[in-house]
Amino acid sequence: MTSAPPPPVDTHCPYCSLQCGMRLRPVEPARAGAPGVEIVERPDFPVNRGALCGKGHSAAELLSSRHRLTAPLVREGGTLRETTWPRALDRAASVLEKTATRYGRDAVGVFGGGGLTNEKAYLLGKFARVALRTANIDYNGRFCMSSAAAAHRAAFGLDRGLPFPMEDVARTGCVILVGSNLADTMPPALRYLREQQAAGGRLIVVDPRRTRTAEPADLHLQPVPGTDLALALGLLHLVIADGHVDEDFIATRTTGFERARASAMAHWPERVERITGVPVAQQRKAVELFTEAGTGMVLTARGPEQQSKGVDTVGAWINLCLATGRAGRPLSGYGCLTGQGNGQGGREHGQKADQLPGYRSITDPAARAHVGEVWGIDPDDLPGPGRSAYELLDTLGTDGGVRSLLLMGSNPVVSAPNAEHITERLRSLDSLVVCDVVLSETARLADVVLPSAQWAEEDGTMTNLEGRVILRHAAVAPPEGVRTDLYTLHELAARLGCEKGFPADAEEVFEELRQASAGGDADYSGITYDRVRKQDGVFWPCPDGEEGTPRLFLDRFATPDGRARFADVSHRPAAEVPDADFPLHLTTGRVLAQYQSGAQTRRTPELNRAAPGPFVELHPRLARRIGVGEGDLLAVTSRRGRALAPARLSGAIRPDTVFMPFHWAGPGRANTLTNPALDPVSRMPEFKVCAVRVEKAPAEATETAEAAETAEATGMVEVAETVETAKTAGESS
Amino acid sequence: MTRRIAVVGAGMAAARFAQQTLAHAPVGEVQLTLFGHEPHAPYNRALLADVLTGRYRPESIALPTGGADIRHGCEVVALDPRARTLRTATGESVSYDTLVLATGANPVLPPIRNLHSTVGTGLKEGVHAFRTLADCVRLAEAAANATRAVVVGGGVLGVSAARALAALGLPVEIVHQAPHLMERHLDEEAGQTVRRALLAMGAAVYTENRARALHGAEGVTGLELAGGHVLDTDLVVLACGVRPRSALAKAAGLTVRRGVVVDDTLATSAPDVYAIGDCAEHRGTVHGLSGPAWEQADVLAGRLSGARPHAVHTGSRVLARLSAGAIEIAAFGDVTDADRDTDVLRLTDATRGSYKKLVMRDDRLVGAILVGDLATVGDLTHAYEREEPLPPDPLHLLTTQGAHQ
Repeated sequence: MTSAPPPPVDTHCPYCSLQCGMRLRPVEPARAGAPGVEIVERPDFPVNRGALCGKGHSAAELLSSRHRLTAPLVREGGTLRETTWPRALDRAASVLEKTATRYGRDAVGVFGGGGLTNEKAYLLGKFARVALRTANIDYNGRFCMSSAAAAHRAAFGLDRGLPFPMEDVARTGCVILVGSNLADTMPPALRYLREQQAAGGRLIVVDPRRTRTAEPADLHLQPVPGTDLALALGLLHLVIADGHVDEDFIATRTTGFERARASAMAHWPERVERITGVPVAQQRKAVELFTEAGTGMVLTARGPEQQSKGVDTVGAWINLCLATGRAGRPLSGYGCLTGQGNGQGGREHGQKADQLPGYRSITDPAARAHVGEVWGIDPDDLPGPGRSAYELLDTLGTDGGVRSLLLMGSNPVVSAPNAEHITERLRSLDSLVVCDVVLSETARLADVVLPSAQWAEEDGTMTNLEGRVILRHAAVAPPEGVRTDLYTLHELAARLGCEKGFPADAEEVFEELRQASAGGDADYSGITYDRVRKQDGVFWPCPDGEEGTPRLFLDRFATPDGRARFADVSHRPAAEVPDADFPLHLTTGRVLAQYQSGAQTRRTPELNRAAPGPFVELHPRLARRIGVGEGDLLAVTSRRGRALAPARLSGAIRPDTVFMPFHWAGPGRANTLTNPALDPVSRMPEFKVCAVRVEKAPAEATETAEAAETAEATGMVEVAETVETAKTAGESS
Repeated sequence: MTRRIAVVGAGMAAARFAQQTLAHAPVGEVQLTLFGHEPHAPYNRALLADVLTGRYRPESIALPTGGADIRHGCEVVALDPRARTLRTATGESVSYDTLVLATGANPVLPPIRNLHSTVGTGLKEGVHAFRTLADCVRLAEAAANATRAVVVGGGVLGVSAARALAALGLPVEIVHQAPHLMERHLDEEAGQTVRRALLAMGAAVYTENRARALHGAEGVTGLELAGGHVLDTDLVVLACGVRPRSALAKAAGLTVRRGVVVDDTLATSAPDVYAIGDCAEHRGTVHGLSGPAWEQADVLAGRLSGARPHAVHTGSRVLARLSAGAIEIAAFGDVTDADRDTDVLRLTDATRGSYKKLVMRDDRLVGAILVGDLATVGDLTHAYEREEPLPPDPLHLLTTQGAHQ
């Protein structure tokens, strides 16, 4: 302890959209194979004030090279083998180019992720449009916030998940939390609700399950999955009936109330009770709590959003805010609790099929002209809108579909709906190039795998759920053989003839992003790395020379006339409703110790011990009816496939519904079952509700599931072997 | 090629059909016109009792119609299914490609002497039907100047009207022929529970009583019961049920029994003419409730918009559901307990005014009544609708919400 250790580095968690501040302290002396830093509190960062959940606490584990890809892989004779970077990059560039030559540019696709930094998301979009010149780029954020984004833009003219900082949540009079289990998905956010209730505020949770988030609520409404839209319309009906409409607000700050009111009149409480199963008395109580408080917020998450009517559903909840004057005012408003780490920024800078940087529309001539100028290309050379995420994956390897795919930071084998089908589509590609930190289930199918640096190993900005742009700092060097995604894009672009315009340095990319976003909805032009450091993050929009905007819409909404627009929406059933063959609802979601497709968390022993595998949550009454007990292996069957997982009995779920977390691959993969019915506007698949049959698994299925579990528990073995194992498992399932 | 769909009627079924059809049909493919004899755009009839109490303003209960052309105050007086034309009261002839009858129902006027005005053809002054928004507005005006009211009929509508009048501060009496209230949906004990709740609000109930005559030369001054007793009143509300409006269909030669007869595709006996809602008779049943009417509207909209061309209507599982101020009632299915095959479970809490009853055959729910405490209504209706097997101890279905066990 004689020489001063290197100073700790302030950065942010690699997981959810809260982007908690954390501090990385170098571990001295460094141990081979172990993470080079440890995570300590960063109490001065306002969003989490030092608090971290188990995922955040254990995040350094994944920096260790023993979980990582540490050399590029290329498929040779059916097996992935280690190779050098130049060879892997040559191969990747050549397969992409070959496909473009043979089938046309749109036959090359790009699939990104909501966990990528703003710089990566931006450069990936540019790479698709400029280097590949394909229309077909989309990302897994389509599966995440797209419904809320579309509803947000329709109502307010702008989509920023939360129009206020999280600190405002603690001070509002009433929160209606719809389809969010933040106690499990973003635990440090829970303190805002606790503080809100402690200060006398009321909390209403809407969820088919009595989750840990719902448990302490003042009121828990437990609707049938897929009926949140009817519930929101029913509450609006009662607001109108009971005289809680804010006439002045409606007259001066909104348009379209007449139609919204008519729609609410078609959803009177008794009818809503029949559709949702929520008794009229509870609907009345909800309206009473929401309107009694002087201020209020509706916060939605994936529950209402991941439906084939997600946009309309969110629109109906926004209507409730508008009718009561709970929007565009201090401590009131609608917000979406974004999911992925950079779910917000990832959708703003051109990773989305229909968008250019700065949240610009790719069909807007002015937007194309601006971005074309920044990129130094003729706007007419920019492709038009491409296919949305599911449609892109669904047509992989087909005539007119994408034949070769570059995939960065996503694991659709686990996370896409109708996953068995999507896995088949991925297998049918001419070539699959995957950039990832670990050998994910999707990477195992690849022809080229390029190991990526992650979170604590590189600089880059993220935009959290509040619209706060924050900065991650490199604190450790990546393992030998690992490169940043920016480097990969730089090298691939060069091989595709774009020597310039794809810098590998994050801040350099950000400087270009600032220009590209200037004047757009998500204007970052006034944000610099230095400013982010000094101000604990900067809220967009932040035009050059101006301050950031922590609170939106206080003076006017971002629509052309400055008024918020009521949505004209009506309830409709889920794409699939239970029938005699598939008599139950399946809803999917997350558990505390796992994150998304589990690629990171399943490799973290501490987390994996806490949540070692999939399960089927069902009500004891349903369990009795179908004759199963706690721990019995269940077969859950939908029209798309069958999943196997043990029963977990819980009185917290509706007896007509079963729940499965979706973090796992293999026989227990929940997304084998989910329905890819898409929202007509957002193209969001209906992850949150489909019809299933549940029964005790037959004996031979039990053996398959046990074998898979054992394979998973043993973790990473030698790469080539793992791939072989995966193929075998895939074929037999 | 735009298809012209004419809808005769602009009530709840018509509005739902229009909204659903236009929501699902390709843009510009369907031109949809509603012809309504009432002077209002479509509104939610289920809310009229609370228009009476002042909870809703009359203009605020308008229903969405998806941008359909609404011709209100425009009665259709004749149809020619062969020529595919209809004629309005003003003599206008309108061509259509497809016609939907959603003419609804008329209130039944009971055989009471002196019911009608001595001048003109209307009801005697102070006597009101309770079916339309216009009825409701007139009734509200009359109620403001009345001293006491009698409601003739103790079904869902009568109970709802009586409670609304009581809420306005009027002493109310209900005269009902049957042995107990809402006998089509409730058993005797449930009827008694509702009766007690009404009494607490200031509405007395006389069951097994029939109104025989009205007293009063111009305005009504009293209602004479069959036994001779006279109830003093200056306001009488008739709530004796409804009858399908089928005269138009009958005159056009369509098959009409109690209502306009339709098959599972909601088609009448005439080509390209359909019927939905209270005017339709499907598999021998005429409903007169918004739930079945909307189910029929949805099926027909699915077919005619092309969204679900093979949708059929196989009947409705009817739920009678009344929220009348503090009185909450839900009832469905077979609620009698005369059948020896059924098991019956009852829970009565007189102090809280709640009554609950389950009727089960084997392990299936065949009917239920909930009065007062409806916490489990969602679970029960789902179990009934989906014919789910019941748990071994169905008491849970009455005492706890499913998820809170």
